[in-house]
Amino acid sequence: MAFLEIDEVHKHYGQTQVLNGIELEVELHQVVALIGASGSGKSTLLRCINALETIDQGVIRLDGDRVSGPGIDVDSLRCDVGIVFQSFNLFPHMTVVENITLAPRKVLGIGRRDADDKAMRLLQRIGLDTKAKEYPDRLSGGQQQRVAIVRALAMEPRLMLLDEITSALDPALVGEVLTIVRELAVEGMTIMMATHEMSFAKEVADKVCFLHAGVIYEEGTPEEIFSNPRRELTQTFLQRIIEAGRL
Amino acid sequence: MSDVGDASELLLVRSAGNRRRAGRVLTYRTAAVTSLLFPPTGIPALLHSLRASSLVRKQELEQARLAGQRARDWAWISVGVGLSVYTVAFLVWLVQANSGGVRKAFFSSKLLWSGDTWHSLLKGFWINVQVFAYAETIVLVWALLVAVVRLLPGRACAPVRWLATAYVDVFRGIPSLLVILLIGLGLPQARVPIVRDFSDIQMCVLALSLTYGAYVSEVYRAGIESVHWSQAAAARSLGLSYFQTLRHVVVPQALRRIGPPVLNDFIGLQKDTALISVIGVLDVLNRARFANNAAGSLTAYSMAALLFLAVTIPFTRYLDYILRRQKRLLAGQ
Repeated sequence: MAFLEIDEVHKHYGQTQVLNGIELEVELHQVVALIGASGSGKSTLLRCINALETIDQGVIRLDGDRVSGPGIDVDSLRCDVGIVFQSFNLFPHMTVVENITLAPRKVLGIGRRDADDKAMRLLQRIGLDTKAKEYPDRLSGGQQQRVAIVRALAMEPRLMLLDEITSALDPALVGEVLTIVRELAVEGMTIMMATHEMSFAKEVADKVCFLHAGVIYEEGTPEEIFSNPRRELTQTFLQRIIEAGRL
Repeated sequence: MSDVGDASELLLVRSAGNRRRAGRVLTYRTAAVTSLLFPPTGIPALLHSLRASSLVRKQELEQARLAGQRARDWAWISVGVGLSVYTVAFLVWLVQANSGGVRKAFFSSKLLWSGDTWHSLLKGFWINVQVFAYAETIVLVWALLVAVVRLLPGRACAPVRWLATAYVDVFRGIPSLLVILLIGLGLPQARVPIVRDFSDIQMCVLALSLTYGAYVSEVYRAGIESVHWSQAAAARSLGLSYFQTLRHVVVPQALRRIGPPVLNDFIGLQKDTALISVIGVLDVLNRARFANNAAGSLTAYSMAALLFLAVTIPFTRYLDYILRRQKRLLAGQ
């Protein structure tokens, strides 16, 4: 039994079918990259996994427990599953350290001092401990995104969802964010990431899934997908990426 | 070839008329002549304009442009200074009109310099101050509560949402004067429990809190809705509950945005405390009425107006200051 099981998941917004029977298994400590064109369902899939969106059909299981459908405890699910967004979404009225400690203090009931200590240790790890008392608008995009990652990590999740976390960044700032993700992967965090950074996916992912029209059209190891894609649409997609100089 | 020629003629078509050239000198003659309506600044405007024309004739274009610019500056000063001077002059004339009739009606020295009248008015005004101070405090909390209830999600909360909406619709739709009459006179007459033991002042606070609570709750609601949904998504994704998200993430950001509009409503509330005189409270308006009746003048009303201004002007200045600071902060982002 896999750590995360996504079984026949369907989701639609009005008339638009966004997820059309997604089947996916993610093992513990595995890094899975979701690639595909905009609108192929990558972000929606991630948002369904931590119940920011509800699903219409199918089941999602985390470590054997059903975490989709009616009657689930979404708040405790979200303690286990962290998500980082494309647009950072730091809280602008709180300092960096307050951003990080809010959920540990209010949700896990950790004392202010312990939460602060832990936040400072995490910030030190990413080299931003000097910015602890700054407000987010004083930080660069790359710094904000690194804080957002740390904010999710402070809840000690067992699964991290990364939703195109470098898409809103200056090209020069992408590297510092990817470095953290690489470290997380090395430390054994289970990660699902929607990304347009193909070379990064190639480097860190154990499994790459190409999404098209709400289904996983092709999946395999990075070598299989990037060097030797078997199906037509995957080949076209990667061809376009290569022509744009992004791989 | 001919096709290309036609196309370029279409793109670069020129009108044959009297075209302006980029380097021409402006003398602002019309503006300068018009500004003679206020001679102190109109005369220099005209002189500079004439000098600009003569410099053009001598082909000293740089100097001519400078003179033209001066003519323009003086013409604008005429607008600013001239309009103000004439407006103030008109008001002074108005006060002196009817051989001082206006002055006697509004600013009769008999009342204006009487310490007793001021003392009595201040005693009344203290009631107005109490009413708006209490009402504003209550409104701050009550309006937030109403706004949060109106925004509760889900079908289960529909009835309370509906109640809150009905409250806002009703109290925004009734003139404050009627609310004060209905509550201040009606509730004691109907001997409604709890409320029947309220003092007149408490009744007024209740009436104004209900009216302005409806207004301010709409401001709160707009503020809460203006916080981008992605902020709530981020908070929920960290495991915070709906109310924790409101309490720690959404409402604090909303409050920063709605400060100015709420203060604006509070200025309205402060002025509306004059309405409580209709239920016979000895507020500043009723005391002014008595003083006027005794003296056969309207001066006490002017004095009451000055008392209101003494509160509302600092308040509006402060509001302007906050708005300017907020603009700067937003610009800095």
